[in-house]
Amino acid sequence: MATTGEETFESQPQEGETRRDFLTLATGAFGAFGVGAAAWPLIDQMNPAADTLAASTTEVNLEPIQEGQRVVIKWRGKPVFITRRSEAQIEEARKVPISALVDPEKDEDRVQKPEWLIVVGVCTHLGCIPLGSKQGEKRGEYQGWFCPCHGSHYDTSGRIRKGPAPTNLPIPKYTFLSDKLVRVG
Amino acid sequence: MSKTNQTNSVVKWVDDRLPVFTFMQHELHEYPTPKNLNYFWNFGSLAGIVLVTMIVTGIVLSMHYTPHVDYAFDSVERIMRDVNHGWLIRYVHMNGASAFFIIVFIHIFRGLYYGSYKAPRELLWMLGVLILLLMMATAFLGYVLPWGQMSFWGATVITNLFSAIPLIGEPIVTWLWGGFSVDNATLNRFFSLHFLLPFVIVGVVVLHIVALHTHGSNNPVGIDTTGNDDQIPFHPYYTVKDLFGLGVFLVLFSLFVFYAPNYLGHPDNYIPADPLQTPPHIVPEWYFLPFYAILRSITFDIWFLDAKLLGVIAMFASIGLLFILPWLDRSPVRSARFRPIYRQFYWVLVIDCFILGIVGANSPDDPVFSGLDGFQFIHLGMMSTAYYFFHFLILLPLLSVIEKPDPLPASINEPILGGGGNAALAPGKPMEKP
Ligand code: HEM
Ligand code: FES
Repeated sequence: MATTGEETFESQPQEGETRRDFLTLATGAFGAFGVGAAAWPLIDQMNPAADTLAASTTEVNLEPIQEGQRVVIKWRGKPVFITRRSEAQIEEARKVPISALVDPEKDEDRVQKPEWLIVVGVCTHLGCIPLGSKQGEKRGEYQGWFCPCHGSHYDTSGRIRKGPAPTNLPIPKYTFLSDKLVRVG
Repeated sequence: MSKTNQTNSVVKWVDDRLPVFTFMQHELHEYPTPKNLNYFWNFGSLAGIVLVTMIVTGIVLSMHYTPHVDYAFDSVERIMRDVNHGWLIRYVHMNGASAFFIIVFIHIFRGLYYGSYKAPRELLWMLGVLILLLMMATAFLGYVLPWGQMSFWGATVITNLFSAIPLIGEPIVTWLWGGFSVDNATLNRFFSLHFLLPFVIVGVVVLHIVALHTHGSNNPVGIDTTGNDDQIPFHPYYTVKDLFGLGVFLVLFSLFVFYAPNYLGHPDNYIPADPLQTPPHIVPEWYFLPFYAILRSITFDIWFLDAKLLGVIAMFASIGLLFILPWLDRSPVRSARFRPIYRQFYWVLVIDCFILGIVGANSPDDPVFSGLDGFQFIHLGMMSTAYYFFHFLILLPLLSVIEKPDPLPASINEPILGGGGNAALAPGKPMEKP
């Protein structure tokens, strides 16, 4: 420590000022840390509370879902699209060359079981709910989903194919508890 | 500051200790004002009156409103049906927000025409832009409170704008929501902030007025006042004129409140919010339409910035530009009356803003003219967005250099007295007093 002190004195001959500068800086830093520590709870309180986080898994019974059918469940306040895909739909999703995709991802990497496609039903553009899960709704040019807000088209793997959305419909964390029961979250 | 000439001894006693009467005398009574102000100078005081109206009706509404996702919509319907005069108070608050924006937009375009943003009023102008931003935030938050379909989906789309920010975007959105979607936590904090922000606006308005009273009002001729011949006391001349303007405003405002209270609103907001069903057409309130159009007009990536982020940047930049306007327009002449070229482009800008508003109200892929499928609203939006930025970033700096202003009168008083006074006409005379 002593040597460090001496070096400082050399570059700045006025001993008193150097010490004072150091004290001012140290006090300032300490004060800034204190202000930060006091501000943090005020900022962090706005993040999801414990009960909100706790309510973040949902179990779904897959039994009644027919082949080709789509259902919408609510998870963390937003919709999750569960599709029991037909052979044709799987085929459709897998035959597209990766290079034709806006956000390249293989269909194989987006499903645990090819029959079940599970995606968060929130458009990755600005958060609208894409149409296509209900019978008769517009499904867009790629037979997946179509977002009416600004015209994003998703395919049968929930991947963005056309329109302003930047990325594919995200895959939530999910586990098959049994063949007919899945837990989302 | 001249002492108040009150003779009442109580007034004098108070004024000696707390000079409120002297202050009022000075700022509202004798405050010297250019004598040539036209009706466009009414909109400042009108905005102030509407702000007070919003606060009064807002506080009353909050006595009956419940900020909870299960009760918010019903509590607003209860205000409409059961609370005594609740319908009136809510309609005044609802249409008051629209009126506030109409008034403030006119107020701003007044400033643009007469060069009120130029020295020495730059800070006055910037405080005004800040007020506009705060108003926009307040109105957005307030529109969420009735928890209708438009409330919910407007909140979802607008908060999602922040997800465009690289890396920290998603955490910011979760933080804004207090959850994983717009939900009860969001509604609660929006209510709290909607209550708070108007009082912040009041604070900034006070600074705005302090800045105004430091150099006084600009005027239609745009030259500095040269002495008492150019000025009249604020009271009674402008107090009376402002009150007359208020009367005209109240007639028009009442027409909306009593005969077309929902004309400016969207019917979908009378459908309770449904987080699983997006309405087919999401449109913001009319006063956000031009900005919404700019947001949606950027559909291409530049470099590593994607279209979504660029749209958000362009939208904020369209207002951010106004902050630096005093340094973009370097022409020494304030009023467009003496700027032959600027005067014309000013009107092009006005029309451009209206077009942006129309674009914002329509679906991007719809054709602008039926039968002309190749020309869609998205194209019109791109053109008018480009023009908006061209006006401020290229045209104004260029005009400051190439435009030859018309001769300015020597004083406000001079052309009124009809002296002709050609000798005094000096082209492009610097506006600063010596
Ligand atoms: C700058 C001033 C203000 C603006 C621009 C503004 C704007 C708005 C808007 C646009 C709405 C939605 C109206 C609707 O569609 O129902 C609203 C609702 C509301 N505002 Fe304000 N507001 C302002 C000041 C205030 C203040 C100061 C308070 C409370 C102290 C307040 C309390 C409320 C409440 C409780 C509602 C929900 C009831 C309703 O929707 O009618 N507002 N506000
Ligand atoms: S939110 Fe889906 S396209 Fe914009």
